[in-house]
Amino acid sequence: MKIRNHQDAEGSELNMTSMIDIVFLLLIFFVMTFKIVEMEGDFSVRMPLAGGGAASDPTDLPLKLRLRADENGKLTGMAMNEISLGTDFDKLRGQVVSLIGSTTPGDAEDGPELEIDTDYNLRYAYVIEAITAVSGYKDGDQVVKLIEKIKFAKPRR
Amino acid sequence: MRVKQKKPDMHEGDMTPMIDMTFQLIAFFMVLINFAQTEANDHVKLPSSQLVKPPEVALEFPIVLHVGIDGAIYLGGDDYTPETLLVGLRQELSVIKAEGKTPADANVVIRAHKDAAAGDVQEVIRVAQEQQLENFALRVKEDRS
Repeated sequence: MKIRNHQDAEGSELNMTSMIDIVFLLLIFFVMTFKIVEMEGDFSVRMPLAGGGAASDPTDLPLKLRLRADENGKLTGMAMNEISLGTDFDKLRGQVVSLIGSTTPGDAEDGPELEIDTDYNLRYAYVIEAITAVSGYKDGDQVVKLIEKIKFAKPRR
Repeated sequence: MRVKQKKPDMHEGDMTPMIDMTFQLIAFFMVLINFAQTEANDHVKLPSSQLVKPPEVALEFPIVLHVGIDGAIYLGGDDYTPETLLVGLRQELSVIKAEGKTPADANVVIRAHKDAAAGDVQEVIRVAQEQQLENFALRVKEDRS
């Protein structure tokens, strides 16, 4: 008997066009919304409304850091407890280490307090740099903490 | 005469490697996409510091304030000035109080632009202090260099 083999092998092929369309749409969506996440961290500042807490204990006055700026907001000088330090943050860190050299991270709660008194128009990045310098330094992978209690003076207009 | 009808011979390329790569790219972007960027703000470019580390535990009751380079303050999609910020903070505090907490339990996260005036940040802190808020976090970018 003669058997006719008329069946096409092509019949089983799927049409991929619509799937590829959707896949490319998804790809474009993800590429457009993609943003590299930058790691962020915080400097904690505890500042209750001035109510005489500091004034009640005159022996425990905070260290004072004065930051001066020119009219463009650039740092022109720093002074800690009236000792001029120029614009060198390493010098500032050295001054802090010499002032509170014996402080260990364990006594952070009772550690010294720093009050930052900055010119109004100083760029915020300089303030953060100063806070970094007084907060500690990196010794290899370890962070050596210096001053953890930081507050701001009243804004200067 | 009998004419043979020839089908046009379409030369189809093999799509499999392209589809493989495309799916891999989609998987890559899907894994890395971060939908939880509600804290970010286009007006703010944070300063950086080598000492900060990403917090291991999320802050409780955060109030995120963005300070732009021009001193504009952004809170929950609205922009404020130091004079009008009070209104926005009161709204946030009403939510915190409704949960039985006090302003002292809240954390004010300040995300200020690196070239913003330091005084503008101090003004934000002053206004927040007037609302009995006392815990502040100055947010900075981690500098791994």
